[in-house]
Amino acid sequence: MDFLNALVALANFVLIPATAYGAQLALGALGVTLIYGILRFSNFAHGDTMAFGTMVVILVTWWLQSLGISLGPLPTALLALPVGIAVTGLLLIGTDKVVYRFYRQQKAKPIIYVIASLGVMFVMNGIVRFIIGVDDQRFADGERFIISARDFREMTGLDEGLAFRTSQGLTIVVAIIAVALLFWFLNRTRTGKSMRAFSDNEDLALLSGINPERVVLITWLIVAALATTAGVLYGLDKSFKPFTYFQLLLPIFASAIVGGLGNPLGAILGGFVIAYSEVAVTYAFRKVVGYLLPESLEPEGLLQLLSTDYKFAVSFGILLIVLLFRPTGIMKGKSV
Amino acid sequence: MSGGSGYEDRGNNDRSVTGTPVDHMGDPVPAGGHAERVEGADAFLIGEAMTGGYGGGADILHDCTIAVNPGEIAVIVGPNGAGKSTAMKAVFGMLNLRKGRVVLDGEDITHLTPQARVQKGMGFVPQTSNIFTSMTVQENLEMGAFTRRDDFRETMEQVYDLFPILREKRDQAAGELSGGQRQQVAVGRALMTKPKVLMLDEPTAGVSPIVMDELFDRIIEVSRTGIPILMVEQNARQALEIADRGYVLVQGANAHTGTGKDLLADPDVRQSFLGG
Ligand SMILES: Nc1ncnc2c1ncn2[C@@H]1O[C@H](COP(=O)(O)OP(=O)(O)OP(=O)(O)O)[C@@H](O)[C@H]1O
Ligand SMILES: [Mg+2]
Repeated sequence: MDFLNALVALANFVLIPATAYGAQLALGALGVTLIYGILRFSNFAHGDTMAFGTMVVILVTWWLQSLGISLGPLPTALLALPVGIAVTGLLLIGTDKVVYRFYRQQKAKPIIYVIASLGVMFVMNGIVRFIIGVDDQRFADGERFIISARDFREMTGLDEGLAFRTSQGLTIVVAIIAVALLFWFLNRTRTGKSMRAFSDNEDLALLSGINPERVVLITWLIVAALATTAGVLYGLDKSFKPFTYFQLLLPIFASAIVGGLGNPLGAILGGFVIAYSEVAVTYAFRKVVGYLLPESLEPEGLLQLLSTDYKFAVSFGILLIVLLFRPTGIMKGKSV
Repeated sequence: MSGGSGYEDRGNNDRSVTGTPVDHMGDPVPAGGHAERVEGADAFLIGEAMTGGYGGGADILHDCTIAVNPGEIAVIVGPNGAGKSTAMKAVFGMLNLRKGRVVLDGEDITHLTPQARVQKGMGFVPQTSNIFTSMTVQENLEMGAFTRRDDFRETMEQVYDLFPILREKRDQAAGELSGGQRQQVAVGRALMTKPKVLMLDEPTAGVSPIVMDELFDRIIEVSRTGIPILMVEQNARQALEIADRGYVLVQGANAHTGTGKDLLADPDVRQSFLGG
């Protein structure tokens, strides 16, 4: 019984939150990795792209709510998501036309793109804060729980409760659908294959008649979809705050690099590695261990390796360790 | 044969061996080093009197002419760094010509981009990184057919018939194949466009003698279907044996031109390039 309680506590505080967080990081890292694979630079504006997309979704959600439109038990934000993706897509394509295309024609070095993306980051940052402000915004509505802790205790008779929030379930389902769609697109369609070919060998892609501008355009559209979806899921699960999204850049980059930059499967794997590590290292295991050990051996401390304030250090740590032993990431990616 | 008169005293034309200083790179060839325009002017594909180099750098090609006709195999040989690959790239529009022109089937294509030349029916297999290593053999072939909107399965079957090993490995990543198999993928990819002319830069690089013979056989087979083939070869003797037209390039200029047999018989060429 105590063993079951320990397991439930572990699932409740570590496994479920980390899985949802991992799915959000994975979607973010997929966007970063796609840009790196196709456009060949690390896009520092990715966190703020997520913030921009989420902001649009929040505004549309509020408008829908004011009209009295809702999705019942599901958050209204799902209805607003396509609009957010479309507007973010337009923004990214506009940015490409105004900023990145110029450097492409110059055949600029990757570092120049990176610095340009830093500039884009500041601009997007400003736009988002200007429109929606710097404060926390909550926009989740509908049913809060799929299983609440109390229901779970009543159902199972265990001491320990297990809560499974709608936002967590939604994150996992939406992430699976998004990843399945992306892989189907990249591996099965003519356009998707041409993107992989372009990422693999740009010169040969040109010799095969693949149009680079079209590949770039489609990449930005997919990135808009991934970034907005990741941002909205994160915002539903936690809350929306521009600064938090900017900070998400670190774990997202860590995920993409740990998994192997330019490798989509690696981005997903990296997302979960970072998320599980971050949650596990900053969780106080006292409760879980307490169930497993006899009372006399009960630990005194919290059994927490690092305080949650240091969660970003975990991303950095993992990044360092992986790069020391596998410079191209866990799955074979391009070395940075 | 014209040309070559200025070269007799040079035992080895490979500058990396003789150690000629690099700043001589742009030196024009001595007079008499021009190509004989054997029915060149009205050839199917011709790079005529091409002069140019990479970007703003020194000229690498000097008044260089290469041409090929349907059903023919034209072979370019010459020492390392002679500008053979550069000449191929010039014909494919991958560097700017300062002088000269490129004509395909009577049409001047000097100012077309490489992509536009693909659309016009030119296929090119570069010397290096000529396959998509992370994609399967079949996907490589599909990418070769990217510009085609019709059903290309029949062409793919023909490529598989030509290179049976590729059918066997169709679902394997091309980067996991052996060097010789990769060259087959590279040639197969270029064939997928159903090109009107095929340009191969050292298709037999790094290939064992047996596979090399086989690859040459395949290339002859392709040529029999009427596709003109322009190729650069390091294995000069074998290549000239199957060549209808041979070009010896030295320092970016035509040194000797003639039928493969003529060149093989030419004592000059034998001494300087074929090792006696
Ligand atoms: N991308 C490039 N940019 C500048 N110079 C180049 C470039 N590629 C080749 N060159 C120069 O052009 C000259 C001719 O090179 P090229 O590759 O055409 O020789 P090659 O005849 O094909 O030699 P090999 O038999 O070794 O393939 C060399 O001196 C080389 O340094
Ligand atoms: Mg070469």
